[in-house]
Amino acid sequence: MNQNPTWKYLLLVAVCVIGMVYALPNLYPSNPALQISLTNTDQRFVGTEIETITKSLNDAGIDIKKVENKDNKLMVHFADTDAQFAAVDPVKASLGDQYAVALNLAPTTPSWLSGAGAKPMYLGLDLRGGVHFLMEVDMEAALNKGVERYKEEIRGYLVDEKLKYLGVIREADDSLTIKFKDQAALDAASKKLTRQYQNQLSIEQVDATKGASLRAAITEDNLSNIKKLALQQNITTLRNRVNEIGVAEPIIQQQGLERIVVQLPGVQDPSEAKKILGATATLEFRMVDEENNAFDAQANKRTPIGSVLYEERGGSPILLKRQVMLTGDFITDASATFDQNNQPAVSITLDGKGARMFERATGANVQKLMGVVFIESKTDVSRDADGNIVKKTVNKQEVINVARIQEQLSSNFQITGLDSPKEAHDLALLLRAGALAAPVYIVEERTVGPSLGADNIEAGFNSVIYGLIAVLIFMLIYYRVFGIVANLALSLNLILIVAVLSLLQATLTLPGIAGIVLTVGMAVDANVLIYERIKEEIRAGMSPQNAIHSGYEKAFSTITDANITTFIAAIVLYGMGTGPIKGFAITLAIGILSSMFTAIFGTRVIVNMIYGNRRVEKLNIG
Amino acid sequence: MFLTKHINFMAKRKIAMIFSAILILISVGSLVTRGLNLGVDFTGGTVIQVGYPENANITQIRETLTTAGYDAAVQPFGTAQDVLIRLPDQPNADRSKVSNDVIKALQAESSDVVMKRVDFVGPQIGDELRDQGGIAMLLALGGILIYIALRFEFRFSVGSIIALLHDVVLTIGFFSVTGIEFDLTILAAILAIIGYSLNDTIVVFDRIRENFLKLRKAETDESIDTSINETLSRTLVTSFTTLLVLVSLFFFGGEIIHGFSIAMIVGIVIGTYSSIYVASSSLLMMGVTRETLLPPAKDEEADEELDAIP
Repeated sequence: MNQNPTWKYLLLVAVCVIGMVYALPNLYPSNPALQISLTNTDQRFVGTEIETITKSLNDAGIDIKKVENKDNKLMVHFADTDAQFAAVDPVKASLGDQYAVALNLAPTTPSWLSGAGAKPMYLGLDLRGGVHFLMEVDMEAALNKGVERYKEEIRGYLVDEKLKYLGVIREADDSLTIKFKDQAALDAASKKLTRQYQNQLSIEQVDATKGASLRAAITEDNLSNIKKLALQQNITTLRNRVNEIGVAEPIIQQQGLERIVVQLPGVQDPSEAKKILGATATLEFRMVDEENNAFDAQANKRTPIGSVLYEERGGSPILLKRQVMLTGDFITDASATFDQNNQPAVSITLDGKGARMFERATGANVQKLMGVVFIESKTDVSRDADGNIVKKTVNKQEVINVARIQEQLSSNFQITGLDSPKEAHDLALLLRAGALAAPVYIVEERTVGPSLGADNIEAGFNSVIYGLIAVLIFMLIYYRVFGIVANLALSLNLILIVAVLSLLQATLTLPGIAGIVLTVGMAVDANVLIYERIKEEIRAGMSPQNAIHSGYEKAFSTITDANITTFIAAIVLYGMGTGPIKGFAITLAIGILSSMFTAIFGTRVIVNMIYGNRRVEKLNIG
Repeated sequence: MFLTKHINFMAKRKIAMIFSAILILISVGSLVTRGLNLGVDFTGGTVIQVGYPENANITQIRETLTTAGYDAAVQPFGTAQDVLIRLPDQPNADRSKVSNDVIKALQAESSDVVMKRVDFVGPQIGDELRDQGGIAMLLALGGILIYIALRFEFRFSVGSIIALLHDVVLTIGFFSVTGIEFDLTILAAILAIIGYSLNDTIVVFDRIRENFLKLRKAETDESIDTSINETLSRTLVTSFTTLLVLVSLFFFGGEIIHGFSIAMIVGIVIGTYSSIYVASSSLLMMGVTRETLLPPAKDEEADEELDAIP
């Protein structure tokens, strides 16, 4: 009785070996490192980079532990975080702008382990330090932009098609009213407009008593499409910007319909990241209205038709034409530079389409004045009297530069009028990375400094170790030989949890560690249930062999019931989870599953090995 | 250790019920009058943890922030070098910049202050987390209710839910009475307590079911008493090992995890008590008897027929 078939030994040994192999990488501590990559991912390293870095660090008196070249990324290892922090500036200075330098943790897994796909657990931001942003896309602004675009487009279309109309007006409900002189003009336009904008706008005639006009509204499908596109473009733009800042292993993900999660491990200064990520700066080029006087327009509060009143950086008013010659969307490259008077400037390169548009527009306006508008928008969130959330988009538009067009401009040109080299640098970065389709604003920020991250790892590790030792000692004293068996199972359980977390590359957080600690305490429950049952059976007069057999059998359904209910709670936690809480739920769920394996199957194999197939007078079970 | 004694639990269940009722009254009363000290996770606002190389001067930090125009709560955090600054939601400022400005103000005062942690939660997120937290708790309770109803019987699941609510209300009540900050990790702890308390209750219920079928002549309350006694040593051993690791977490896990470990410790003590008294007495009150769990006669016949087939 109580013998093990060979396959059970084999399975247990196999699980032990696999568990240990995949848990092992976590014993090799990660090195603080600098990750160096090219901002333009299409380029390759020249080959002299390692030399340059080594030299700059030697000059600065900083020791390098090791340099690796992996997947077109250089990883420079350091002995401690102090050396790592000190190395950032010299390395940045020696390499120049086209390289991104980011703080990272470099695993030191030996190659035989990484060859088997074994990697250490992925540490969450609360353990490695870094910034977590949850950004909300201002969808009202996206919709607003969409309506304005259709307004301009319809005007342009009607003019192009030589259809006569009186005006296009935006209504309070975000629909457009297109007015015509008479029904005949309306009928002519209606048919063409409907065909041109089918699936995008629903166009219908308004009550004829109010004159001949059409109502055009964005369809539901198109509306959700506009939102989806805005979110997608913002994710792309944020990703480009993060690459420009230089962050190792960033996460930029959609969350829900209107939000984006941005996680930047190792970022030291959240304020700089916030500024760059949330920036909405873009440019627009418009001709100056030279026929009308801007001061008069400002004084009379009457802007001439076809013009818009702006302010220059100095504060004086200026009238620009309503029609936009070029927007920032066509810019493919931009870099900060200085003009011939040594003033900060941004040199701009346009794509083919933008270049053609700009050529045509500037060619037709040589010797006339052109204005460059710098646009920034911001979203204000507040609560109204009823406590509801109210959002407001604030646009800041200013003309940074007015210059006479000397000759036809094409794909390459410079703009000036910037306050500082820093502003030129930031604007160039933003133009390169692309504009946001709609403003984003931060609704949640979780920043953990690197020193706190290291403290958290240590605290978490200590609490697991001391908790484990306390439980091991208690079980040993209370259950003697059976206690040793339970302790083996508990240790294996811990190894398996770490192995599974490493295999899944699930994120380990501080609450996740709390989950592991809790599992250590609760995992022995299954063994306690079994052992107490065995004791009872012995008291009821059963022979030791029968008691073992019946103890395991009878405890099984209780253990399953009890664990499934905890498992339900863990799944719910995971479902509602935000970051760290998810980590807790994952470790709890994995812990439950692996403890069922080790505490029921694992201990049975060992108990059988010790007591099975021989005469046993008395069980050493405390 | 606990084997020899047979404790007559059910005889004292009136005392236990009065005890529980008093605790629940205190909890609910405190929740109604004092409420919870909700953390920024739920209210929105900013929490900043900064570290100084030497002992921090709390009074001076407070003054600096007041001068800078912030209505901040400043307190030491864990060690004398670490300081926690809480700011309520700033509707009139650019919220995401508040933490930068605060740190700048502190750096102007003493240059070697280090930013250790910033938690900023916008008002809309706070609202959502609060709603989601409530929904999560209901979902967990609902899922468990269904599972137990399937595995046992409807009244058992009601009994376990009563025990659960008892534990959750008392744990939340504990946070209300003590005024310890209630944040997301505490909510996670409470969901874990739901799982744990249930675990305990089910072990007892499982034994009650077994004994109902085995001890045919015993009265219902006797069977329940026997079951509680038989599972008592297991209940206490498991609670003890779990408390061991939680105490370790409390002392070594760092300041951030304190609230979580306190919540768990309180919850497990209450959960152990409730699985003995609350869950089982509510079974008695709902009139669960041996017959409740006997399979319906029709099924028995069907079983016999099946057995008869060679």
